Amino acid sequence: MTDQASSTLTTARSSSKRPAGTLYRGNTGMWSWVLHRITGVSIYFFLLVHVLDTAMIRVSPQAYDAVMSTYKNPIMGLGETALVIAIMFHAFNGIRIILIDFWSKGAKYQRVMFWIVIALWVIGTAGFAPIHLHNVFTEGQ
Amino acid sequence: MSTIIEAPRTPRVRSSKGRINWEKWGWLYMRLSGVLLLILIFGHLFVNLVLGQGIKEIDFAFVAGKYATPFWQWWDVIMLWLAMIHGSNGMRTIVNDYAGNRTVRRVLLGGIAVAAVVLIVLGTLVVFTFDPCSTLIPADQALAFCPVP
Repeated sequence: MTDQASSTLTTARSSSKRPAGTLYRGNTGMWSWVLHRITGVSIYFFLLVHVLDTAMIRVSPQAYDAVMSTYKNPIMGLGETALVIAIMFHAFNGIRIILIDFWSKGAKYQRVMFWIVIALWVIGTAGFAPIHLHNVFTEGQ
Repeated sequence: MSTIIEAPRTPRVRSSKGRINWEKWGWLYMRLSGVLLLILIFGHLFVNLVLGQGIKEIDFAFVAGKYATPFWQWWDVIMLWLAMIHGSNGMRTIVNDYAGNRTVRRVLLGGIAVAAVVLIVLGTLVVFTFDPCSTLIPADQALAFCPVP
């Protein structure tokens, strides 16, 4: 890449030894990508376990109820809450990615859409977490 | 291995005329399945974790009641296929990004493929061969709608 071309991709110049900022690095575009990967991998590994635990329904009622009782443990309940929070980010940010790819103004509004994703994520978490944590922490009562 | 990174907006050179562009269809699949999974998974979470007493109510009878209806059987099987392929393709992308060693990459991609096939087949068989009124279920745990033997 020529010097001229590279400078057009640079938004800030500084004398510090840290790499210069770019349109992407360190901004909402990068962090949404990082969160999308982390939440995606987490959901994938839960999916592997979840297919196996549901398969216990085909073994016996006792086997299924035994595996379900572990999900009703408060520590697992915190994990389930985190999982649903991860799913909500992945879902909302996925819609943002689709809009960036297919909507003619998607790239222009990618940053504002990121903050809409964060807002929906906070609202969704506020709606779900109290319900699920209440159910988990009152199990057996 | 040297990879040439083209300048942005360089027109694509069609070297593989007539062949299927799997990466393009994979890219499209992630978006189409993503929209469907949003509806299927949010519906699944709402019915299982939010309605009524949520996770407290989930036991054998709850799931057996759902799988007594084709609606929930198909809901879960479609969700299983879409999610396993979506998740496996995402993991493939991540492995391709980070696994530099050829052997390590092949082993990881093979593992992802095997896990996907095994779990899709297992899950589909579980949902469609499940009998909520199986005679293996003890009489005192039999579901209300099952015929009394």
